[in-house]
Amino acid sequence: MYAQMVKSEATNDDPEKLAAFQARIDAGEKIEPKDWMPEGYRKTLIRQIGQHAHSEIVGQLPEGNWITRAPTLERKAILLAKVQDEAGHGLYLYCAAETLGVSRDDLTEQLLSGRMKYSSIFNYPTLNWADIGAVGWLVDGAAIMNQVPLQRTSFGPYSRAMIRICKEESFHQRQGYDLIRVMAQGSDEQRAMAQDALNRFWYPSLMMFGPSDKDSVHSTQSMAWKIKINTNDELRQKFVDQTVPQAHYLGLTIPDEGLVWNEAKGGWDFSEPDWSEFYEVLKGNGPCNTDRMEARQKAWADGQWFRDGLMAHANKAAARRKAAKVAAE
Amino acid sequence: MSNEWPLWEVFIRGQHGLNHRHVGSLHAPDAELAMRHARDVYTRRNEGVSIWVVPSSEITASAPSDKGPLFEPSNAKVYRHPTFYDIPDEVGHM
Repeated sequence: MYAQMVKSEATNDDPEKLAAFQARIDAGEKIEPKDWMPEGYRKTLIRQIGQHAHSEIVGQLPEGNWITRAPTLERKAILLAKVQDEAGHGLYLYCAAETLGVSRDDLTEQLLSGRMKYSSIFNYPTLNWADIGAVGWLVDGAAIMNQVPLQRTSFGPYSRAMIRICKEESFHQRQGYDLIRVMAQGSDEQRAMAQDALNRFWYPSLMMFGPSDKDSVHSTQSMAWKIKINTNDELRQKFVDQTVPQAHYLGLTIPDEGLVWNEAKGGWDFSEPDWSEFYEVLKGNGPCNTDRMEARQKAWADGQWFRDGLMAHANKAAARRKAAKVAAE
Repeated sequence: MSNEWPLWEVFIRGQHGLNHRHVGSLHAPDAELAMRHARDVYTRRNEGVSIWVVPSSEITASAPSDKGPLFEPSNAKVYRHPTFYDIPDEVGHM
């Protein structure tokens, strides 16, 4: 998902406190920042929320790439609004992570140094306008699958951020589907572009859920803590079942010869993505890893003088106000 | 040394007649920019008619461990609720 393969941290806390904490979670109580929590819970959440936030921010790049080249003013306004939302989503999530005691600058530096990850999906390029439709339809569609259950996550600030995000996310998926529908019902050439975008984004979208985690220890701990609500396989299946009829409606073909309806399970059987490709992308060898990191590093470095300048101005103005107040007294 | 912008808490009045409600936080160098950022981050879809921004450092919060001493005494004061009193049916609605 936007947070893939988040390793849960071991915890060395007092067993009695741990049991009381687990009982609160099992009772459906929300954990708030000032409450006692196991160190492992705190660290795992920082990693997961941080990775999620970084994905929202890096996720602006493949789409921002097309703002100036949108085919109509309406599409341009829509894409601009969507990319602005992604920035907002990143900010909600950074704020949630900060309540756990990590600073914003620290999170940013961990992304820029490569110590923290972002979703593998954003290392794929958006080559043409149909890709913008595919990103909204498939990538945001896959994100929604994971984010809807996370609204019930045990950590209060994370849950509240997810609720805000989910309210806005539906627009993202619908504008993407609307865009690709127009192309799929357009000229032969546009239709071919829509099919090509689906061909390229299908498997990377399935990878967003991460490899099967049915035997993963990390997953078991995260699920007990209600940091993770469903297994990767459950969410992937749900995504496929939802998306296949949407593709059929458009007259597009899912690029999977193994795709068959399984009456017994009431869902589609489908082929696994190439997991070796997934691990390569995570290692930094995807098509756009270098570009994405360079863009973030450049934005951070180029903005330094501006951030510092505004802070210096704010400090001076505060000092002037203080001096004026003293003089008046 | 880090020159991070300070943290602000954002409160929004959703509609006329309602209280301002905490919606989240953000970083900004000063109050004026905190207000602008709050507008961009938290009201992109008509979520509010008024915004408050407060430096997070200025908020005093109760500790989770104070929950008992702060709130338990009122639990015991059942006579503060109207349902504590039996009013005879003959008296009618009160």
